[in-house]
This record gives sequence, C-alpha cells and structure tokens, in this order.
Amino acid sequence: MNRSFRFDSVMLWYLARRLALAGVMLFGLVCLTFVIANVAPSDPAALAAGPDAGRSQIEQARREYGLDKPLPEQFLRYVGDLAQGEFGRSVATGRSVGRDLGRYFPATLELCLVAMTIGLAVGIPLGMLSALFKDRWLDQLTRIFAVSGIALPPFWFGLLLQLGFATWLGWLPTSGRLGVATEPPEPITGMLLLDSVLRGDAALFWQSASYIILPALVLSLPCLASILRVNRSEMVECLRADYITAARAHGTVPWRLVAVHALKNATLPTLAIIGLRWGWMMSSTVLVETVFDWPGTGLYAVSSAIAGDFKPVMGVTLIVGLNFMLANLVVDLLYGVLDPRLRDA
Amino acid sequence: MTLNQPREPLLDISDYRLAFDSFDGTAQVLDGVSLRLEPGETLGIVGETGCGKSVLARSLLRLNPAPPARVVSGSIRFEGADLLTLSEREMRRLRGRRIAMVFQDPVSYLNPLLTIGTQMTDALRGQHAAVGQAQPSRFVARAEAAALLASVGLAEPERLLASHPHQLSGGMRQRVLIAMALAGNPALLVADEPTTALDVTVQAQVLALIAGLVRDRGLALLLISHDLGVIAASCARVAVMYAGTIVEEAATATLLRQPRHPYAQGLLAAVPDLDRPEHRPRGIAGSIPNLLRPPPGCRFHPRCGLATERCRVEKPLLRELAPGHNVACHHV
Repeated sequence: MNRSFRFDSVMLWYLARRLALAGVMLFGLVCLTFVIANVAPSDPAALAAGPDAGRSQIEQARREYGLDKPLPEQFLRYVGDLAQGEFGRSVATGRSVGRDLGRYFPATLELCLVAMTIGLAVGIPLGMLSALFKDRWLDQLTRIFAVSGIALPPFWFGLLLQLGFATWLGWLPTSGRLGVATEPPEPITGMLLLDSVLRGDAALFWQSASYIILPALVLSLPCLASILRVNRSEMVECLRADYITAARAHGTVPWRLVAVHALKNATLPTLAIIGLRWGWMMSSTVLVETVFDWPGTGLYAVSSAIAGDFKPVMGVTLIVGLNFMLANLVVDLLYGVLDPRLRDA
Repeated sequence: MTLNQPREPLLDISDYRLAFDSFDGTAQVLDGVSLRLEPGETLGIVGETGCGKSVLARSLLRLNPAPPARVVSGSIRFEGADLLTLSEREMRRLRGRRIAMVFQDPVSYLNPLLTIGTQMTDALRGQHAAVGQAQPSRFVARAEAAALLASVGLAEPERLLASHPHQLSGGMRQRVLIAMALAGNPALLVADEPTTALDVTVQAQVLALIAGLVRDRGLALLLISHDLGVIAASCARVAVMYAGTIVEEAATATLLRQPRHPYAQGLLAAVPDLDRPEHRPRGIAGSIPNLLRPPPGCRFHPRCGLATERCRVEKPLLRELAPGHNVACHHV
C-alpha cells in the first residue's frame, strides 16, 4: 500500500535530518572539550616525560605528542584522528585512548543497561500503581520513595549499601567487577553478563551479577525515581481522559484499560525522560564507578583527570555525548512508532 | 415475575441526589431528579451547559468519578436492579451490554493511539468477559466489529478497523462511536450531546442514524442536548432541566406548543423562529446559579419574573398538570 511507502520515505528523511543535526552537535562537543582541555593549567608534556625528566626530555615529549604545534593545527589533527576512529594517545600511559575506551566502555554500558532495566522494570509498574491508587497510602509511600530517590546523593547511598550488604550481611561483594581469583574470560562483547550467557557459563553469570547489582541499584535510583514520577503523573492524566471513560462505558475490561489504553498514552512523555536519563546515567557513572571501583569509563575519566591527562577525559566526554544524542534519536524514532499522528503529520 | 404485576419501567430514577465534594465545599449537582423511561421510549433532556444533564447521563453507567461524586439519596432502577447499589463487577455486566453510551466529542472519546479495530474488539471481548462467557477470539471479534461498522453505514469497514481515529472525519468518528455503543445490543442508549461537535449537515445524518437504530432495534433512547431542535427531531418526550432539577416534563409536541414552566418558556423564547423573522429571540436574564451555594426554594427564582416570597423559601415539587405533563412551579 502506498501509505507504508510514504511512511518509509518520511521516516528516512527525518532520520537523515536528525543524524545531520547530531553531527553538528558532536562537532560542537569536540570543539568544547578541546578548548577546555587546553585551557587547563597543566603541562601534558611534563606529565608524559615523567616526574624526573629534565627540560630537554620534556621538549622531546612535547614534539613526540605534537604538542609543540600551534593549537589550530593540533585541533585539526585531533579531528582528523577522530574521523578515523582514533581518540589520540594518553600522555600518562602512552596507550591508545581508543583501545582503552574499547576496554572500559563495555563495563559502563553493562552497568547502565542493568541500571536502566531496573529503572524501567520498577519505575513504570510502580508509577502505574501509584496513579491507580492516587492519594492512598501506596501512592504516598511511592512518592516519598521517588523524592528521596532523586534527593539521595549516589556516593552516600552507595557507601550505605556497601556497609549493609557487603560488610554487615556479607551477602554481596563490596566492589570491583569480578573476584580477584577469577580470571576474566576472553571478551566477546566485553559485557560479562552477556558474555557468560553466550558462553553458557552459569557460575560466571552469577558471580558477575553479584558484583553488578549494588552499583546498578545505586545508579538506577535517580533514574527509577524520575521515570516513576513522570509515569505516575501521566497515568493520572490518562486515566481521567475521555477515551478511558468511553472505553469503560463500552465494556472494556479494567486491566486492559489501564495496561494498554491508558499506559500507551502515558508512555509518550515517559519516553522523553527515559532518553534524557540514559544520557545522564552515562555521565553519573563517574561517582558510582569510583565508589564501587567499577572499571568503566567513569573511573577511567576520573583517574586520568586527576593525573592531568586530558585525551582520555576528552574521549569519555565524546562517548557520553554520543550516547546522549543516540538515545534521543532512538526516543524520537520510537515516538513515530508509538504515535500514529506523528507518522502521518 | 408474574404476569399480573404491573410492568416495571425500563429505567426509573427516583429522587436522585448527587453531590460533588471539593475544597470549596459541596456542590449539589443533582437535586432530586425523578424520571421514568419505558422500553423503546425516547426521552430528551434539555438544559443549559452546567445544569447537570451530562452528570445525570453518566450516572446511568456510574461513570462519574467518586470521589468527588457522592450519591446523597435516591435510586436508579434499571430492569429491576438499583444501579446505585450494584457492585462494580455487576455494573460491568451492564456497561455496553444493557446500557450503552454515545459521547459528545468523538475526537476526545476515541483513543488516539489505538486502532479502531483494537478499541472495538476490546469492547466486544470485555462485554463477553463481564458475564463470564468465553471471550471470542480477536479474529471473530474483528469480524463482528466490521459488521457493526457496516450497520451504521460506514463503507470499507475492514480498512476502518486498521485506521487510527485521526484518519477519519468527524462524522465517521461519531458513527464509529455509535457502532461501539451498539456492540452489546443494549436495551437503553444514552446519547450525550451526540451531534454538538459535528457540522450541521453531518448532525442531521447522525440524528437520522440514531432515530433509525432506535426504530429498528426497539432501543430506548435518552438523548441529552442543549438544542431543543435536536430533541424535537428525535424524542417523543422531553424533560427540561435547570440547575440539577427537572422543572418540566411533557410530550415534545406539547412542550414546544405550550411550555408551562417560566424557564421552559424562556428557553423556547430564546430559539430564533425562521417563519416569523419579526420575532426576535430573547435570552433569559442572569446566569445559572453557583451550585456550591444554590438559591433556597426554587432554584430558578433569582432569574424568574414571577418569583414570590414562596418561591424563595419552598422548593416546588414536580406536579402532574395533565396526564404525562409534569411541572415544578408554584405558579402553574
């Protein structure tokens, strides 16, 4: 039918426009991180040469890393490298930032995916229940929980969980990604949970699950709370809507009214917050990874920044920014899938 | 029930009072409404916006959210059972199956994100589930929905089932809502301003459709409208509502010829008459009262030319002037 053809071409055009826009924003982000890295009062060449280096050795390092070139030239080289998927070299370790990111990013992605799953799996049903029992005790409890979820500082909450579940109860490990005695397997995706499923290694799965659960909980809490709040208020609106009254009058069964007729309408605004939260999560892993010693991009960025090593920080910033943009693009496309009015507009 | 007993009316609303609680106080939205409707009978309810006619219509399916709505007293008997005391589960057996409703604005009363097919099959399957029958498969329900759409004069029902509401015209949407209301083969159709949101030409088609359905299926019709013309075209009897009370009830022809209540007279005087262009329509002075603090006595007395001390103190009850003609006024 020609409607679906029109739908495809409209969507493709939309996608192309959004990708072009994302490219422009990404370039802006590159400029910004480059400027910030270069106004910082530290000398990367001195760092590269080591603490005991003399003047000539520092100058040699400066030449080696191209730091003696004028800034515009350095910038062009950096952009050129990025275009080839190269993030430059860390001056502290001399390693390729791109390769480091390849190692650390899967750990962060895994953490964020688990945290987002918790956020969705708890936030949406709880928001729905809260709306159904509006102003009753369940709703009040949920709202207190949601407000504290947004207000609790993650590092404090993380320490509290470590104290409770690791130190006192001894049920879960305190920090890290795997026990010291466990040899990490050859990565397939780099995400341990997924890799252990792919390899059919149940012991590894449960071990990595026990390590990821606490940091994922801490990371998910603010996200869960805001999904819950938005979903609750949207559900309250949708349950009051005329089309729900009508569907009720026509005899539609209550659970379908709530779980399909109202929830689908409430999902649209909730989606927007999910997209934003995904981006924020990627950046707020910095705190959580530090507290739980989780070897991801957050910890990598923090340790590099403390050392005054800016290429890794810039790399992580770009990855976080890219994720932000991708998440919002996916959300926009999902809008089109969920809302037929947008499709035809 | 034995044959000797007097036949019970299909619907018998008796002294029904409904209040809405809010922070500002309690609004007495319906103040002692009594109405009867026989099977197959058509009754119109006319009144200004805010007089409580939609609230009354929704009461028949218990769709007013409670709280804030609170039943103060009275009963609504339908096919022998009091709707106000039924459990929610028992109420679900009636919704769509015995009492169905057509709503005012087909845009907001259809779910924008679901196809017409999903909305209709959900209603059909839900009606079966409510009485404990096995739900028809989606496929069977869909065929039934297509037949319903065809029965309200919609072409290409299969294509319609796959469409979303925004892809249809206003008239088509209202026909879809009517088809949905017919899904359970109800005994009573409640139509709340079914034509208000439509173009004039489409209004006539939709009214003709409703009139045809009422005739062919022997449905009883309760038609809510602020437009006397709409009611005159489709109802044998009419009740005039003012600020939550019925002030006059009569055969439509009688009411149009000789309205007796001052408010009914005012309503008719406000209708322009194309045959007598020299007759200018006159409005009724004042506006409807604040139901948080309704006037004591007759609720119409602050706007009434005939008001006396008695009207300010004593609420007039509905009295039978002639068989089938009831008026609530101290002055007739």
